[in-house]
Parts: sequence; structure tokens; C-alpha cells
Amino acid sequence: MKKLTLDDLRALRNSKKKAMSQRDGEAKSGEVVIGMGTCGIAAGAKSVFDAFLDEMEKLEITNIVIKQTGCMGLCFSEPTVEVATENMPHVVYGNVDEETARRIVRDHLTGTALVSDHIFDKPSMDIIEKGGK
Amino acid sequence: MAYKNYILVCAGTACESNKGKALYDALEKEITEAGIETEVQLVKTGCFGFCGEGPIVKILPEENFYVKVGPKDAKEIINEQIIKGRTIKRLLYKEPGKDSPSDDIGFYHKQFRIVLRNCAVINPEIIDEYIARDGYGALEKALFDMTPDDVLEEIKASGLRGRGGAGFPTGTKWGFSKAVEADQKYVVCNADEGDPGAYMDRSVLEGDPHTVLEAMAIAGYTIGASKGYIYIRAEYPLAIDRLNLAIKQAKEYGLLGDEILGTDFSFDIELRLGAGAFVCGEETALLASIEGKRGMPVPRPPFPAVKGLWGKPTVINNVETWANIPVVLLKGSKWFSNIGTATSKGTKVFALTGKINNTGLIEVPMGTTLREIIYDIGGGIDSGKPFKAAQTGGPSGGCITPEFLDTPIDYESLHAIGSMMGSGGMIVMDEDDCMIDVTKFYLEFTVDESCGKCAPCRIGGRSCYNILDRISKGQGEPEDVQKLKDIGQAMRKASLCGLGQTASNPVMSTLKYFEEEYRAHIEDKVCPAGKCKEMLTYTINDKCIGCTACARVCPVNCIDGEVKKPHTIDQKECIKCGQCFSTCKFNAIDKG
Repeated sequence: MKKLTLDDLRALRNSKKKAMSQRDGEAKSGEVVIGMGTCGIAAGAKSVFDAFLDEMEKLEITNIVIKQTGCMGLCFSEPTVEVATENMPHVVYGNVDEETARRIVRDHLTGTALVSDHIFDKPSMDIIEKGGK
Repeated sequence: MAYKNYILVCAGTACESNKGKALYDALEKEITEAGIETEVQLVKTGCFGFCGEGPIVKILPEENFYVKVGPKDAKEIINEQIIKGRTIKRLLYKEPGKDSPSDDIGFYHKQFRIVLRNCAVINPEIIDEYIARDGYGALEKALFDMTPDDVLEEIKASGLRGRGGAGFPTGTKWGFSKAVEADQKYVVCNADEGDPGAYMDRSVLEGDPHTVLEAMAIAGYTIGASKGYIYIRAEYPLAIDRLNLAIKQAKEYGLLGDEILGTDFSFDIELRLGAGAFVCGEETALLASIEGKRGMPVPRPPFPAVKGLWGKPTVINNVETWANIPVVLLKGSKWFSNIGTATSKGTKVFALTGKINNTGLIEVPMGTTLREIIYDIGGGIDSGKPFKAAQTGGPSGGCITPEFLDTPIDYESLHAIGSMMGSGGMIVMDEDDCMIDVTKFYLEFTVDESCGKCAPCRIGGRSCYNILDRISKGQGEPEDVQKLKDIGQAMRKASLCGLGQTASNPVMSTLKYFEEEYRAHIEDKVCPAGKCKEMLTYTINDKCIGCTACARVCPVNCIDGEVKKPHTIDQKECIKCGQCFSTCKFNAIDKG
């Protein structure tokens, strides 16, 4: 192993920080919850999950956490994805494919726009509690 | 690509000794079988602190916190939680008195983690993870942006005090060493943790070894030392392994060794293993032990900061103190000094044990009250009986009684009520605990560990122990109380080192708050808590239905009687083990 210089150490820290960002205890300001029940997985939720991770990594979005959950009961519109971020409406997207996932990251997660053609519902807070629990 | 899930598995000594390793292996196997190695990262971490409920597994990003997880649960965790995203309710922690389990655990609410910041987050065996959490950032800052004087000023301004027990200001200590001109200086880490029931230092070294290495290098830079030693007891094999690995990794990266990060500062660290003598936690004895001599203290001054290892200026700090240093430099002295009380800054780690629901390792800001620690974090007394006392400071400390439950805990306030901060052991007791019994236990410990060099400690300790032993056997005499006080006072004034000076503290403290209990033992020949065996008698009353359960468990066969007829205990043969008392389902055995 080559000994590190100051620049090496800083570069190493930055690259590892990214890899650990999903794991550190710092507060996240929003979350994406992907329905990964049997219906969701059959409809392609796994590749949607990958698309989210990949696109968020590209755009260096680290303040949003991606979680998976069971079936929401909306099996006909799987894969479903619930997005709850600060300063944006709380939205459930239906029929999300990889391309839609990337659009959600680019538009919704950056706080610029909703992906209107895939909105399934904007639930009121008393139906689905914040955090999708 | 980033992982979808992270499974953090505690690999501290407490969890590892409870099948934690088998659990880790089982999870690894299940992950491989499910073919999801690229989606889930299995991480071995340091101590979560919730040791009474171990082994602990935490799932991220869901933040599900599973307790008492066994190897047989691995399959369900992978199949249900990881693949299907379902929380496994039966593995969540259920707080006493609450209906349903949850991830929201009161144990963590009032905690504030500085020292334990990386424990249970990073894998202590991978240096990159430490670096990702700003590790070696403080060393970098010191070497490139600060002069040794700047660092010293920052440490002084933070108000950080030694966490080993006495609470000496760390910056002042470093200043003494820095001021001395010498061709060689040393930096030493005191990891000779020996108080019964205390394991704060072990957990830091196991869970975050690099933080200690980084802090020692910073001290080396500040005072002008190029060599460091970590004195650790051989009874901590896991901590030793992880330290050795950490030193190797840091050297490979050039974060220890010659010309660190390309500067002209060089610093090297070696381990020295102690054989587990309590007195070697005393700094002069520790240094003697590192030098290869018998671990015996020498009078101070001169203090080690001026004349220490091989006669050279030596900064010696406790593990927990070291773990604070990188944070002080990174976040600044101002941030640090805002935490805590007027005279005690920062946080303190306690090993919470005894009659408490949540035993474990906790870190709270200085100034937290005992009530918050016992009831909010510790979840209250596990037996449901009233709180009697908390013992802090181990064999050198004393008791905190119910009237002081709301005293904010810091160095001064604990001293004022006759106890001390100590290194952080905290044993909670209820009314079933006999204070004479507890005091005797600590005295036995210090008598055993006394090095024997000075008479007050060697003879005084033994005399105190003999008196306590007599009292606990119902042979106490009225003048014993005064005798204990006199001997205790003499030990305090005349002993050579901290061990002897404080060995009588448990006696003095219990005499102060529980003199009644001493009198009951001496005058009435009763032990109110029912602990002192010699004063107990077990008798069978008329509720006995003759089930023979007691006769069957009696190890000395001293219980006689026919089936379905009341039994009797032969008092001459009885060894007062209490087995019959705890076995009887009919309250037919009286203890008193």
C-alpha cells in the first residue's frame, strides 16, 4: 500500500463518504418507499429500485433514503413508489418503470416538479401516515 | 452501486459471547444462498450499548432495531426483512410496561454520543469506514492548519477533563509536558480498565480503535513526542486484536509511522499488555510496568507529565479521554464546551449494571441526573422494588442515595456527596442489596489488588475487611463503626497512591448514608436486606403442603418430612443457600 498524501486522504474520504451515506446516522430530509411485495417484484420493482439508487448516485443526492415496503394493496398499478420529501406534496406514483424512476429522481427529488403522468394519488395525511408506516 | 440494505451486527465482546459470531456467519450464508450479495451489505460493528438485550442487529435504511437475535433468526431476517421489506415484529424490543414493540427505544432518547460516535456505525476492522466518518480529519487539521500551540489552546479551551476518574484538565496536563525540554517524550494510553463491572474503554477500543490512535498522534504532535504506548490488559483479547489491526492499517496508509501525510512529523504506537493488576491503572505503576518493572506506584510529584516513562515527559490519558480529542479539534472547543455543566464539559460514558431493566453502555451529557439515567435510560429497577443506591466509581467510589437522585452528575457534585465519577461503572441497587455486603466486596477487591508497598493500604485495607467480615457474620461490636472511620481516614491521608487513598471510600460512603444498616447488623444482629447468610435462618411455616420441592433442591439434604406433610429444616446442617426459599411455590418458607 502506498502511503497517503493529504490529497489522497481527502479523496479517499470523499469517495468513502458517498458509499456510506445511506448508512450514516445523519438526518435524512425525505424518503422514497418502493412497494416490494410479490406483485411489485413481479412487475419489476427490483430494477426500479436499482434505477433509483443509480440515478441518485449520479446526481449525488444523499439526503433521501430509499426504503422498501410490502404490498400497498394497489397491485394493479405496481410497481408503486411513495415519495415524501420536504417542500413537495406527498405523492404515490403508480406503474413506475426504470425510466419513470429516473424522472422522479431528476424532477421530484430535486424539488422542481412532479412526474404528473404517473401520479396515482396524493393521499391526505390522515389516510397514510407520514413515512408510509 | 450503493447497497439497498445494510445489516449491522454487533461484534462487541458481550454480543460475540452470546452467539454473535454464529449469527454473523448464518446471515452471511443466507445472503449467499439468496444470491443478494450485491444488494445487501453485512457490517460487523462495535458495541450498540444495549448489551442486556444482545446480540443486536440493526437494519438500515429501515432503522429496524432487533434484539436478542440468534443464528436461527438469520433466515427470517433475509427472507422477510431484506427480500420482502417486512418488519419482523417479534424481534423488536418491547419496553417494559408498553403494549407493543417498536424501534423507538427510550434507552437512546437521552443519550448523546461523542465518544461512542462510531461504535455501532462503522466496521472497526476497516480503516476506510473510519476515514469516511471524518476519521483522521482532526490529525490532518492539526498537522496542516494548526501549530502545536494552537492545538494545546483548543484542548484547554474545550474544558476537557480526564475521564479516568480524577478529572484533571487534559489541556493543562499536555501543557506541562510541552513546556519541558527533552530529547524524547512519550504519549501513553491507559487502557488498564479494572473496575468490577466497567467496560467503557473496552467497548471504545473494540468499536472504534482508530480514534484512539488518531488522538495519540495529535498529542504527539502537540507536545513533541514521536512514540506512543497503549497499555492494555491481556484480558481484552478482542480489543487487542482490533488495535493491532488498526495500527497495521494506519501504518500502511502512512497515518502512523515516519513522515505522516508527507509532513516531517513522525509518530509510532506500540501495545504493551498488562497482566491485569488493578494497581497498574495508577499512572506511575503503569509506567513502571511498561518499563518492565514490577507495577508499583511511586510518590508524586514529580508527575509523569514532567518525568514519566524512562524519566522523560509523558502524557498519559485514559481511553475515553483520547476518544474525545478528535471531536474537540474537528467541531471546535466552543461546540464542545457548550455541552455539560460549568466545570465538567462534554459527555460521560457509563456502564450501567445491577438491578436495572436496560443494562448496557450509555453516554450522556455531563449534568444529566441519576434519575434520568436510571428511570429514563435504564428503564427503572427491574425487580420493581424501591431504588436504594447507585454505586459509582467502583472500588474507589461511593454510593448515591435516593435523596440525590436529582443531583446533576459531574465531577464536583459527585465528590460533594462522597462518591466520585470514577471511570464510569454504575451499579444500581435495590432494597435486597446489603450495603455491608457490597462494601465487603469492594474491600476484598482492593485488598487483593493492593501492591503492598505502603502500610496504610496494605494493613488498613485488610483490617477494614476483617471488621466488615465480622459484622456480616453477626459478630460485630459497637465500637467497630468508629474503628472503620478511623482506619478509613488514616488510609485516605497516608496511602502512597490513589488505590490506597480511595480504597476506604466505599466504607466511608456507606457509613455516612447507611449507618442504620451497620447498627442493625451490629446491635440487632440482623441483615435488613437478607443478604448476609450467617445472620439468616430459613424456617418452614404452616403453609407447607409437603410437596417435597424444597427437599429435592436442598444441596445438603437438610430438609426432612413425609410427602404431603409439613417439612422441617435442620438448622445445624443448613448452609443458607436460599434454594428452598426460591423454589417454594406456597410461600411456606420464612427468611429472617
